[in-house]
Amino acid sequence: MKILLMGNPNVGKSVLFSRLTGTRTIASNYPGTTVGFTKGSLRLGQEQAEIIDVPGTYTLEPTSKAEEVAAEMLKEGDLIIDVVDATNLERNLNLTLQLLERPVPVIVALNMWDDTRHRGININVAGLQERLGVPVVPTVGVTGQGIRELVSRLSEAAAPQMTYSTSDERWAKIGDIVSQVQSLTHRHHTWREVLEDASSHPAGGAAIALVVLIATFFIIRFIGEGIINYITDPLFHWLWTPLLMKLSLALGSGGFWHDILVGKLINGQIDYFQSLGLLSTGLYIEFGVVIPYIVAFYFILGILEDIGYLPRLAVLMDTLLHRLGLHGYAIIPTILGFGCNVPAIMATRMLESRRERFIAATLISIAVPCAALQAMIVGLVGQQGIQYVAIVYGSLFVSWIIIGLILNRVVKGFSPEIIMEIPPYRFPPWRVIGDKLWLRVSSFIKEALPIVLGAVVVVNILYMLNVFNYIANIAAPVINGLLGLPKETVVALAVGFLRKDVAMGMLAPLGLTAKQLVISSTLLAMSFPCVATFAILARELGIRDMLKATGIMIVSALIVGCLLNLIL
Amino acid sequence: MSENMQLTLGQMSAGQTGTIIRILGGRGLNQRLEALGIRPGKKVTKISTMLFHGPVTLRTDHTQVAVGFGMAKKILVEIDTSA
Repeated sequence: MKILLMGNPNVGKSVLFSRLTGTRTIASNYPGTTVGFTKGSLRLGQEQAEIIDVPGTYTLEPTSKAEEVAAEMLKEGDLIIDVVDATNLERNLNLTLQLLERPVPVIVALNMWDDTRHRGININVAGLQERLGVPVVPTVGVTGQGIRELVSRLSEAAAPQMTYSTSDERWAKIGDIVSQVQSLTHRHHTWREVLEDASSHPAGGAAIALVVLIATFFIIRFIGEGIINYITDPLFHWLWTPLLMKLSLALGSGGFWHDILVGKLINGQIDYFQSLGLLSTGLYIEFGVVIPYIVAFYFILGILEDIGYLPRLAVLMDTLLHRLGLHGYAIIPTILGFGCNVPAIMATRMLESRRERFIAATLISIAVPCAALQAMIVGLVGQQGIQYVAIVYGSLFVSWIIIGLILNRVVKGFSPEIIMEIPPYRFPPWRVIGDKLWLRVSSFIKEALPIVLGAVVVVNILYMLNVFNYIANIAAPVINGLLGLPKETVVALAVGFLRKDVAMGMLAPLGLTAKQLVISSTLLAMSFPCVATFAILARELGIRDMLKATGIMIVSALIVGCLLNLIL
Repeated sequence: MSENMQLTLGQMSAGQTGTIIRILGGRGLNQRLEALGIRPGKKVTKISTMLFHGPVTLRTDHTQVAVGFGMAKKILVEIDTSA
């Protein structure tokens, strides 16, 4: 049996999905978190049912790619759990009534039930159930309230197949139902609403955005550095180094296996940035440098997402983004990109036109460094002084604007206007934020660590085979002549194709000047995306547009590199 | 009943409330707005406009929706004068 979870965007389908299946999925407080679909399974007595978390849709007449997916999947379902936001009954019932026209049995989950009370909304559940002709169960996704009842009543799901000849007729019916089952009590503005209104105003919104930006920056640094200084660095130095030194001795302080596992000893000691061994540099880059910042970044991102701040930022940024051929919503994939470009590029599906998706994906792969790369930039370039880190970020930001302006003029097609629901501010329980953080960090470790370790091994072998010398000599004119970098940097740029954080690690032993570090890390950020991003670009844009995007990346990286070389 | 003032959502000032009379656009625009609960007969309150003809934020029932300025110019509203 196939059960579809359907409903408007941002009504809590993904949270219910996690509750029903025990599978963890990413849910946030903005429309469009689920762009693909997620499957899970649920035990129903003897039977094993498949549950599908369908992307949110306002109507069965699709207006975006994500909505098309939803309408398409409807054909396959045996039962629909229609998730309805109880605080927005009228608009949500439009989809419900469209679903009730179909021959598939429906059960309604009246979600966000806890929110109705402090919004002064009273809904007569029995009355609603009677008028719709299908079971209605009040639920609270984040706490799990009502889930058991929902599951136990799945068998009561019905397909009344009431049809309406026009949408006006349907709206009239909805108006009827709402006026009969819902009553509103007046209550005063809460401070939450005052804050909501303030962030919608131009001046208030800009002020809040600035505060959020600055706070985000300091909190990420505070958490990231805190984890490094008080947890990971002490662990590596007091626990791991002595163990590795024993291993080094046992392996005879040199030779093939020693260099692969422990790496080269620098002055008889392990240097976590320069030794380049699997168990030294490989592990240290991930656990000692990158993961502390991944934790910090996704913690803050999770809070901003769940509170519902990002759609407001989208409205605020809309005018600027129109100049770059995008509209405000594109800021959400862009911010996701600061964590990892892969989910960011997937999230561009929420943009309506192909032109927007191309521009957004290209700009993200060029000018938005992922958290792993950023952690290494802060770690390595930051040693030379914080002003050099600022130059890297400044160059990326200016490139983002300029390339966007150009793409907006050159790329054919149109970019539509923004139209999006602004969800209310919500304050999710810490446990929900913690779960999501854990889900993201653990999947980062699962996906990144094997590639990181693999990259370290490949690099070592290529070094032994002298392949790098060969590449370095070929690339020397460009690297040395145009960019003012030693020819060995090409090795790092090549490794950047596998993993950007390992690539930055490769720059450490080269003894680069501050200027050279700035140029090479900017190049790494802008040029080829890593292999995972490549794959997702090809899937989302098609091979041709992916190659176009890659061309733009290489050209702009070279231009910016040369300019930096001339200016600094 | 006296003739009430009719403005587009773009022309309304923040805080004004009224009833949508008509959407001056094609079927596509009508459908997209309708899906978000914005359709003739609904009461709307304009919350704000961003600078330089940025998006207009409005409230209808318990939902806030932001629409581009171009769309806001196509939503015709009869202003409540009673309040």
